[in-house]
Amino acid sequence: MAVRLTAESLRIERNERVVLNAVSFNLQAGEALVLIGPNGAGKSTLLRALAGLLPVASGTVQIESGDPETPRAEHVHLIGHADGVKTALSATENAVFWAEFLGGDPSAVPEALKAVGLGHAADLPAASLSAGQKRRLGLTRLIVARRGIWLLDEPATALDTDGLSRLGTLVETHRETGGIVIAATHSDLGWPNLKRMVLGSAV
Amino acid sequence: MTSTLLALIRRDFRLAVRSGGGFGLPLVFFLSVVAVIPFAVGPDLVLLGRIGAAVLWIGALLSTLIGLDRLFGADAEDGSLDLLFSAPAPLPVLVLAKALSHWVVTGLPLAAIAPLLGLMLNLPPHALAATAFTLLIGTPALTLLGMIGAALTVGLRRGGLLLPVLVLPMTVPVLIFGVSTTNALIAGDPAASSLSLLLAVTLAAFVLAPLAAAGALRSARS
Repeated sequence: MAVRLTAESLRIERNERVVLNAVSFNLQAGEALVLIGPNGAGKSTLLRALAGLLPVASGTVQIESGDPETPRAEHVHLIGHADGVKTALSATENAVFWAEFLGGDPSAVPEALKAVGLGHAADLPAASLSAGQKRRLGLTRLIVARRGIWLLDEPATALDTDGLSRLGTLVETHRETGGIVIAATHSDLGWPNLKRMVLGSAV
Repeated sequence: MTSTLLALIRRDFRLAVRSGGGFGLPLVFFLSVVAVIPFAVGPDLVLLGRIGAAVLWIGALLSTLIGLDRLFGADAEDGSLDLLFSAPAPLPVLVLAKALSHWVVTGLPLAAIAPLLGLMLNLPPHALAATAFTLLIGTPALTLLGMIGAALTVGLRRGGLLLPVLVLPMTVPVLIFGVSTTNALIAGDPAASSLSLLLAVTLAAFVLAPLAAAGALRSARS
């Protein structure tokens, strides 16, 4: 699982406007980076670009792992503003889908739901879950399909203190096994040994 | 890759048949279109029999347009569209899987119910079979071509309005070859040439539509 992520002088444009320029960082296995900056500074844009969902105008993103054949998008989990939860399906059905779809392990689903504190709601339709519970359900994606790099966009949104501490535990375990975490946030996540990067307002 | 595709198909099936899913709406629309034609045309059984196959094809074509915007629209709204890009399978194959499960819950029932509706249009038994047969070949092409429009309009609010305008011109060849094959089969004329053209359009749609839709989704994302 040990990975390394190197981003070198990234320049990202949206609608012909430069959002980020000359962004460079380097993360070793087990390191975590927190992106800080005002609204519109480009935190989400950077995460989406790292996930391969947005084109990079110039610069490079390099991921080194054991398997050079795997494309970048398959090394990465992006937890964005939308949870990707299908409300017509139950919590378990959602999680099983992610496990199978993302090449993970469906048998890990009950454990994963317990880990995010949704063990009691496993068979409830996701439509009846609260915003925070949907957020927790979205986080099971991180557990049921193992991927080296977690990109978390405002992970604290809608989570209560219990949810936050569970997320903290997940992140801790992930880092211990050689994973990398990059989170964009406005609140203090309380994770130890963080690297920080401040993104300015739009250039 | 297989488990990825199967998971996607299974989920889309489930979503379609559960409450609020897309199953049933095209069927009801198809039924409505065909049911009102005899009232408008009048009790001329000969005329109805002559235009019946064409009416069924027009009804099926318009019905496939319904619910097409949900093919990617629902995924775009709840954020699961992003997951398509990070799955361990090529995007064109994934969108083909989505189109196929969409066809099974929307297009296939149209072809299956067409003989029943044909009875209302005074179509003789062999004409009912011919229409169901050509619809079975043609509706996959309609869904696949519609998927291109769905992918192009996925980022747009009110994209559902633009969708028929984009999709209808692409589906006209399917309609032409579908109806001409059906009529040739009914009349007992040689149908091989128009049938080959219908098959060709469907096969071309199978190959090209996933590539086009995947390209459209990729460009919509930025």
